[in-house]
Amino acid sequence: MSLSTLFDEIKDPKNRPDPYPLYARLAGHPVVRQEDGTYLVSSHAAIRALLFDPRISSADLPPAKSPPTGNPFKDWILQPIKDEIVSRHRPLIFRDPPDHDALRRIVMTQFTISRVNAMKARAEAHLGELLDKRCGAREICVVEDIAYPLPVTIICEMLGVPREDEPTFQGWATQLATALEPDARHDEETQGQTRATFDAISAYMKVLIKEKRRHPQDDMLSGLAAGTEAGAMGEFDLIATSILLLVAGHETTVNLIANGMLTLLRHPHELERLRQDAERAPRLVEEILRYEPPVHFRTRKALADIAIAGEVIPEGAPVVLLFAAANRDPARFAEPRRFDPDRPDNQHFSFGGSLHYCLGAPLARIEGEIALVTLARRLIDPRLVDDPPPYREGASLRGPKTLRLSVDRIA
Amino acid sequence: MSERIVVVGASLAGLRGAEAIRLAGHAGPLTLVGDEPHAPYDRPSLSKHVIAGEFGAGATTLPNLVALDAEWRLGQAAVGLDAVKREIVLSGGEQLEYDRLLITTGARARSWHEPLEAALTGVFTLRGRDDAEALRGALARKPERVLIIGGGFIGCEAASVCRDLGLAVTMVDPGPAPLARILGISVSGFLRERMERAGVEIRPNAKVRSLTGEAGRVTGAILEDGAEVSAEIILVALGAIPNTDWLDGSGLAREKGALVCDSHCRVRDESGFIHAEIRAAGDVAAFPHPLYDDGLTRLEHWGNAVAQGAYAGRALVKGDDGPAFSELPTFWSNQFGLTIKLAGLTKGADSLAFVQGSLKDGRFIAAYGHEGRTIAALSFDCARWLPAYAAAIEARAPFPPITGAVDQLTRLGPIDPAWPVAQG
Ligand SMILES: Cc1cc2nc3c(=O)[nH]c(=O)nc-3n(C[C@H](O)[C@H](O)[C@H](O)COP(=O)(O)OP(=O)(O)OC[C@H]3O[C@@H](n4cnc5c(N)ncnc54)[C@H](O)[C@@H]3O)c2cc1C
Ligand code: HEM
Repeated sequence: MSLSTLFDEIKDPKNRPDPYPLYARLAGHPVVRQEDGTYLVSSHAAIRALLFDPRISSADLPPAKSPPTGNPFKDWILQPIKDEIVSRHRPLIFRDPPDHDALRRIVMTQFTISRVNAMKARAEAHLGELLDKRCGAREICVVEDIAYPLPVTIICEMLGVPREDEPTFQGWATQLATALEPDARHDEETQGQTRATFDAISAYMKVLIKEKRRHPQDDMLSGLAAGTEAGAMGEFDLIATSILLLVAGHETTVNLIANGMLTLLRHPHELERLRQDAERAPRLVEEILRYEPPVHFRTRKALADIAIAGEVIPEGAPVVLLFAAANRDPARFAEPRRFDPDRPDNQHFSFGGSLHYCLGAPLARIEGEIALVTLARRLIDPRLVDDPPPYREGASLRGPKTLRLSVDRIA
Repeated sequence: MSERIVVVGASLAGLRGAEAIRLAGHAGPLTLVGDEPHAPYDRPSLSKHVIAGEFGAGATTLPNLVALDAEWRLGQAAVGLDAVKREIVLSGGEQLEYDRLLITTGARARSWHEPLEAALTGVFTLRGRDDAEALRGALARKPERVLIIGGGFIGCEAASVCRDLGLAVTMVDPGPAPLARILGISVSGFLRERMERAGVEIRPNAKVRSLTGEAGRVTGAILEDGAEVSAEIILVALGAIPNTDWLDGSGLAREKGALVCDSHCRVRDESGFIHAEIRAAGDVAAFPHPLYDDGLTRLEHWGNAVAQGAYAGRALVKGDDGPAFSELPTFWSNQFGLTIKLAGLTKGADSLAFVQGSLKDGRFIAAYGHEGRTIAALSFDCARWLPAYAAAIEARAPFPPITGAVDQLTRLGPIDPAWPVAQG
């Protein structure tokens, strides 16, 4: 089959269990035009060059457009205003400099390394509770029982969402999980659902922010609401940022934990070593990120003609940065198809790069390390029930839908 | 066969050169001669963290990246060279024979031209770690006012530190704005405003005529227009002079004091003869840069000392094959809360364009053009994009480069960089 329709194949759910042979076909073709004018970028060098090219934009969402309701007042007055606000206050992952940088600087004053480190104990305790709940069971689903609940609890704690509201957030997070998924965003039906959830969470946030202004506490939202040494955000940006923090760290971390456990079970020797020596966790997580990235690709738009790797990406063209392919680029990684936690210089693109480099990476690494160490220790003789496991639809946020393990017992 | 290689000048370029000499396979004797008593150390933090008292000068020691197994002659200056006998004379009178020689004697601070005034207590220059320690001590005693003579990078960085320490600062600069000669007035005017807002009193278009003192201590300066500035501390920041006096009588060619090299860092003697067994690198060397064709280039850049030191060391061992030294010049400075980075050389630029951001934001990339070609790019707090522009400069891209960037104002009307009129 031709390379000019390869992206369709990548998106085809039947290739979800093993997309890597498709990526391997791109070897020697770092930049490939697809029939619909999209450019697929797959080599480590080309992705790097584009991440640092100022003509590449992350503002690639179409303007917001609410569907007509039939009520002329709504359709002609209210909705367009709302759409305009939504379009102008996209979360920073979809914004370019200078707005992006200003917003990110503000967030960084609150997303501090000490706040992240303070989450270690919280993550350990929560994982303990989650496993205790399954105590006595002979089967466990890593996705549902462990990976899904963890990140939401942690980010709620960092933001300062009251514990009693956490279950509501779990629901919203699941609803919005695919909101950042490039291949899901044009689907009419999910868009409707997503919009309703956004409205609900925005309304909730608005109230919570007011509350934080009145009674500030030691949490991110209080800090952001009060304004920081890097400046203050308006209300719309503040809401968009809070939602982004919830969503961006959700399905991604779920995938890291599930992919991690799956990979370790496929390399039982590494699982055993981790059980013996928790200090292997950082290397393991890094290699899992490279080998089975939670985010396979991100999209961009070319703002001008860009000459790269013998091709010219024309102005306005959509660009797909295939991080997962670059992570296995033989020009960059020796024996790329081998899972090797001791690999030196493991510079994968699983957290992106340049200005949009994952803001939550330190937190994600901690969550991943603690989850894998805990699972390795407490699951006695775990075995995969299905290999490969069933996968969710998404081609970008790719990960198992369920990951059922049978166990001797849970320690 | 075990050739002797000697490196004269044991600082950044010398150390990176010596490492390259080993990496290139030289297993024979290797000697490093340095007139300072210290092991090689890093200068950039001297005018930033060290004089601010954030860390001591001892923390600037450079890490060895390669086991050198060398003989170190520290605290000993080379005072003469006989290029025919292939012999160096050291300050103690000892003679050191070499088969190959790397010269990395760098540059020294230009001192105040009037020796009696320069000797007054409270008058400083800033080049080495002992200078920095002395200046730090003086600043820590909270002088009433610091006068900085010269608005180059080191003068500006020192002014920034003084303001951070809460000290009153006056800067006397012969140009219309600090750094105008390197960045042009269009950009340096912005920097001047920033410095003035930070509380630096700038005396532009002015020169110091003489320093005044009392009982051996400096009390201030008198400017050419007769104005007086009182100051307890004076930092003379008037640039640097290549350290080549020790080569007087050696017959090696010099231009404005710098050693004349060819495109492969080989030195030339006054008759035009190329010495393949002598190479030079770093602040001491003037060489033809392939991107900047008119005449010789001498750089006082950290990045150049590293790259050229390594290039020359390798070439000294390997012989002449291989491409010419062509590293793109890059430079950075930290001052007044700004990170300034420059790729390429602005010399001769006839146009300037703010390709990303703007002066108004205080964050921008400005490209410099010469006859329709991009020759340099300058970033103020916007360094992430600089590599893309550096690549454009190396590719001799048309000016302005990279149109259609994020955060680019729609009209890229090039403007005049506005060079100051040459000062006598
Ligand atoms: C205060 C300060 C701040 C700086 N900040 C920056 C910055 O922010 N960014 C940047 O890009 N660059 C900066 N630079 C420039 C950078 O440090 C120099 O380009 C670099 O040090 C040059 O290295 P070099 O080895 O060529 O010369 P040098 O560092 O000058 O070393 C030459 C050495 O040779 C010795 N020597 C001289 N003559 C003899 C002799 N006859 N015999 C034996 N030894 C001799 C000298 O004492 C010295 O130790 C700064 C420089 C200074 C002084
Ligand atoms: C394993 C888990 C995670 C992975 C693999 C991951 C991956 C990524 C990637 C690839 C990007 C770059 C997007 C782009 O370039 O378009 C990104 C951005 C981002 N991530 Fe993560 N992420 C993870 C966890 C988290 C967590 C836990 C948080 C927050 C708590 C978070 C917050 C963000 C934010 C805010 C951005 C946008 C940054 C910007 O645009 O400047 N992520 N992430």
